[in-house]
Amino acid sequence: MVEKSREEYWRRNIKLVTLCMIIWFVVSFGFGIILVHPLNAIHLGGYKLGFWFAQQGSMYIFVALIFFYSNRMGKLDKEFGVEEE
Amino acid sequence: MSLQVLTVLVVGATFVLYIYIAIRSKAKDTSDFYVASKGVHPVLNGMATGADWMSAASFISMAGLIAFLGYDGAVYLMGWTGGYCLLAMLLAPYLRKFGKFTVSEFIGERYYSNFARMVAVACLITASVTYVIGQMKGIGVVFSRSLGVSFEVGIVIGMIIVFIYAVFGGMKGVTNTQIAQYCVLIFAYTVPAIFIALQLTGMPIPQLGLGSTMSDGSGVYLLDKLDGILTELGFAAYTAQKMSTINVLFLTMSLMIGTAGLPHVIMRFFTVPSVKDARASAGWALVFIAILYTTAPAVGAMARMNLMQTIQHGPVGSIDGNIEYAKVPAWFKSWEKTGLLKFEDKNGDGRIQYYDEKGLKTAESFGWKGNEMIKVDRDIMVLANPEIAGLPNWVVALVTAGGIAAALSTAAGLLLAIATAISHDVLKGWLMPDIDDQQELKFSRIAIGGAILVAGYLGLNPPGFAAQVVALAFGLAASSIFPAIMMGIFSKRVNDKGAIAGMIAGLGSTLIYIFVFKGWFFFKSTAMLPDNADNWLFGLNPQSFGTVGAIINFIVAYVVSFATEPPPQRIQDLIEDIRVPIASK
Repeated sequence: MVEKSREEYWRRNIKLVTLCMIIWFVVSFGFGIILVHPLNAIHLGGYKLGFWFAQQGSMYIFVALIFFYSNRMGKLDKEFGVEEE
Repeated sequence: MSLQVLTVLVVGATFVLYIYIAIRSKAKDTSDFYVASKGVHPVLNGMATGADWMSAASFISMAGLIAFLGYDGAVYLMGWTGGYCLLAMLLAPYLRKFGKFTVSEFIGERYYSNFARMVAVACLITASVTYVIGQMKGIGVVFSRSLGVSFEVGIVIGMIIVFIYAVFGGMKGVTNTQIAQYCVLIFAYTVPAIFIALQLTGMPIPQLGLGSTMSDGSGVYLLDKLDGILTELGFAAYTAQKMSTINVLFLTMSLMIGTAGLPHVIMRFFTVPSVKDARASAGWALVFIAILYTTAPAVGAMARMNLMQTIQHGPVGSIDGNIEYAKVPAWFKSWEKTGLLKFEDKNGDGRIQYYDEKGLKTAESFGWKGNEMIKVDRDIMVLANPEIAGLPNWVVALVTAGGIAAALSTAAGLLLAIATAISHDVLKGWLMPDIDDQQELKFSRIAIGGAILVAGYLGLNPPGFAAQVVALAFGLAASSIFPAIMMGIFSKRVNDKGAIAGMIAGLGSTLIYIFVFKGWFFFKSTAMLPDNADNWLFGLNPQSFGTVGAIINFIVAYVVSFATEPPPQRIQDLIEDIRVPIASK
């Protein structure tokens, strides 16, 4: 792989990581902590929504986020021809 | 069959399983011993990581902690899971590409400095030793409560078991037993939770049961009912926030970056075959962890509900609203014997009053003379759960085996991290660079044996600060190891001087902040300020300070690096290399 596309690969990786980190921050620190009071006005079954994000939802989203990242990186590896054997 | 005999049989059976696995996975060389020859399937590594990560505290204490903290318990739930996102995206794949054996080895090579490597070794050993004391204590506690042997005998049995599989099998043996231990602990955790959710809400999945209506026909949601019961007795509502928002934020962040920086967790990702597997494996690890961590809030809330309803079964203030002491269920009496529950009949009416004296102003008009549940140990919530729910004895025995599995698997992972740092970083990397692979393997076996003896000794003679040290472990990992690794990957400009200055500044500030409030080296008498919100800097409690330490580390490292020369070309090439899964052509 030529030098330029290695840099491009890294740039795309950083972009993806940044997106994932924003989601990571918003669901846990945002919805679960900072916005917990306004969100608690909304109900999700017997859960207040802010409470649900803090004790359930954020964890489900963390799991989904890692698989999303892993999947996208797999595609990126292929696109740049750097996937492992 | 008596409960005790059944427990011995179940726990004994799990031990036979662990030892059988250990005998089948003897390590042949250092690659086997340190990283299981990098041949662990990502899903299995995820399972092993789950067991490695979930300690006696996660298994026994966390649900009880949540039961009494309510919403605030979320700091532990999010803090101890969110770190895996950081691990998966910021550390694990690149460290796997680097392809060596230890965390400190990466820091040493990336910052081309043996001193940086030894600073990392010191952080790693301190964090791991403090953590392992807690596991040893956990093993002793579970043994002494459930098997009728003494605390000391429990620790010694635990040491022997870990010794057998860690010394012979190294990472290979530890990985294989951790997979088995994960299965034992998750089964033991979820079975009682399912039954309790069914009893209270008619919904077998605890995660959904927590958001369901009560099965008593009232149509009231469980959490609303719990909020109501608690506030009526003067306690804070379950779903209300009690800690200040800034502490919730900083503590959650400290636990997240601490998790991502704990060496025994990071090193698990050295064992998978490829970079791709390292990414996926972090996801699997979090799946297996989240099964327990999303169940825990349900267990906590439901256990609290059961406890409150057992004691206050009628309207607050009515004469027969409280349970008569003579009529308490058997589990109440049996936990009273252990001293973890304590009741004192202050008003002499033969009934139990359990309420918050500060919150319930009308208590005196009911003839109540103070809260009579003078001790409710949080650990009871998980350990007594099967009895409270009236589950059969084999479930009680299973919970004991699960608690031991959780403690043993974490202890083994930590001991391996310590031994690896000693044999590979200190001996091979520094003091005795000329030893060959087989000699190094021998030293690593001696090191792990020695680490087990030290951990056992500290477990038997716990220093007074044992309860405080977990905060220290996370603070150390958050303020020193995590930033150093992350900058090592994401910045080509941070050099040896910057990294060392950053680690020392981050670590130093965190230690000082903890010591000022908790006492120097945890000797209480040397504390310089009372440990309360009035004295805390920006209202931050010492546990939450790891985040600030990490920020200081980042700032100092960048400032010093930019004031000095950039790293040499070969280091720049190394960074280029670890950023991409395959080598450049």
